[in-house]
Amino acid sequence: MKKIEAIIKPFKLDEVKEALNAKGIQGMTISEVKGFGRQKGHKEIYRGAEYVVDFIPKVRIDIVVDDSLVDSIIQTIVESAATGNIGDGKIFVLPVEEAVRIRTGERGKDAV
Amino acid sequence: MRLKSLAATGILTLLPFSNAFADEAVLNAGDTAWIIVATALVMMMTPAGLALFYGGMSRYKNLLNTFAMTFMAYCLVSVVWVVWGYSLSFGTDVSGIIGNFDKLFLSGIDINSLHGTIPEFVFVMFQMTFACITVALVLGAVVDRMKFSSWIVFSVLWVTFIYVPICHWVWGGGWMQTLGALDFAGGNVVHINAGIAGLVLCLVLGKRHGFGKEAMFPSSVTLTALGAALLWFGWFGFNAGSQLAADGVAASAFMVTNSSAAMAAIAWMVVEWLYSGKPTVLGIASGAVAGLVSITPAAGFVTLPASLIIGLGAGVIGFFSVAVLKHKIGYDDSLDAFGVHGICGIWGAMATGLFACPTITAGATGLFYGNPKQVWIQFVSIVATALYSAIGTLIVILVTKAITGGIRVEKEAEVMGLDNAIHGERAFEID
Repeated sequence: MKKIEAIIKPFKLDEVKEALNAKGIQGMTISEVKGFGRQKGHKEIYRGAEYVVDFIPKVRIDIVVDDSLVDSIIQTIVESAATGNIGDGKIFVLPVEEAVRIRTGERGKDAV
Repeated sequence: MRLKSLAATGILTLLPFSNAFADEAVLNAGDTAWIIVATALVMMMTPAGLALFYGGMSRYKNLLNTFAMTFMAYCLVSVVWVVWGYSLSFGTDVSGIIGNFDKLFLSGIDINSLHGTIPEFVFVMFQMTFACITVALVLGAVVDRMKFSSWIVFSVLWVTFIYVPICHWVWGGGWMQTLGALDFAGGNVVHINAGIAGLVLCLVLGKRHGFGKEAMFPSSVTLTALGAALLWFGWFGFNAGSQLAADGVAASAFMVTNSSAAMAAIAWMVVEWLYSGKPTVLGIASGAVAGLVSITPAAGFVTLPASLIIGLGAGVIGFFSVAVLKHKIGYDDSLDAFGVHGICGIWGAMATGLFACPTITAGATGLFYGNPKQVWIQFVSIVATALYSAIGTLIVILVTKAITGGIRVEKEAEVMGLDNAIHGERAFEID
């Protein structure tokens, strides 16, 4: 099992969600996060005083799937989240040791 | 305030029931009704308009403290004014410098007393709202870091020793009035005075912790824009009310007030757009206020085209004074009391000397209508106001410091935020 963490532009969330649904993904967890990468922050000016806002709002999607699905999900996210502009985000893939469905107690592949 | 009413006041004060002056001393119901409404409009400018305007610009952790300082300024000055402020401002003149104590606790004034064509009680209240907002304007320079106890002591001392004398000089029969300085609704008395006092107070207090290093976001530009709109609304009472009558000059003041504010908001927006790349809402709101400040001394004296030029100047001068000059010099006038009220007040007072048109108010003639001397008189009155305000405010601050044991909050309170540290409250509960 792998966990896919995708950090994307907030306005792209719906498109990514629908694309993943179409691929048969049954669940995901999203969080509103802030951060910066190469895009850096943006400037706000109040009566001539410039403040740099370092952290830009993003949405993080967490999905845990069987190893065999990882590549196609990454491709789906890349296609649906990309705008071509700086700040489109990143995808990280992490190994997952165990998964448990709380209601039934199912474990592993059956639980995700 | 209206020149012709002054002679009448002196006589009426002495002989309020005299039939011999029946021609002069007739109450006009229209005038009275308008000035009562105008007074209520100006009242709203302080605890509502200015509190929102300033509160929205202060940081989220100091929003309530800004409201508290504004609200308290209104309450404190309200009491000071009726107890001794009015008497010292409008009591019988003592050598052109100050009024006397004849009207302490408004003694000698009753329901039949008139000031011009309105009850003197209405005049007392109208003038009171001016004193209140002038004190509250000062705090724009010092939010985020002043002790609340010091603000209370400062307000009482400052209105007594700085506002009251200047008010007497300009409107109460003092030396500036004798000199012929034109100040229709308070360019000197209110705006230059408050702007200079704010500058002095912020220099003594020092910069906010983290100024120039950390971001200091306005808590809500929305509140500031709403505050500016309420100030604008109230300013109709401020300027058109200063005629002390419901007449054509009041109507003219009403019109030019709006034109100047609108023009200044446009000018500030355009300059900011060109200079910094974005037309900010804070800039538009600030521009409107700058235009209102600048037209204040001129409102009853200038024509419509002049008001457009005054507004245009206010927007441009206001923008450069707060967005460029302040950062070059490096003082921390937190909400630009000096930049907007001081600088634009000076522009307005000088512009009055240029544009005053005698066909609006007879005797008020500026340079462009053949009276170059008026420019000099305006200049003298500005310099005198600024000097007296600067030196006097410094003394008031030193006395306040001695009474309240320093005027600045502890660093810990400043970092935590004054809403919590002083008032034990928070402005918003946002989840």
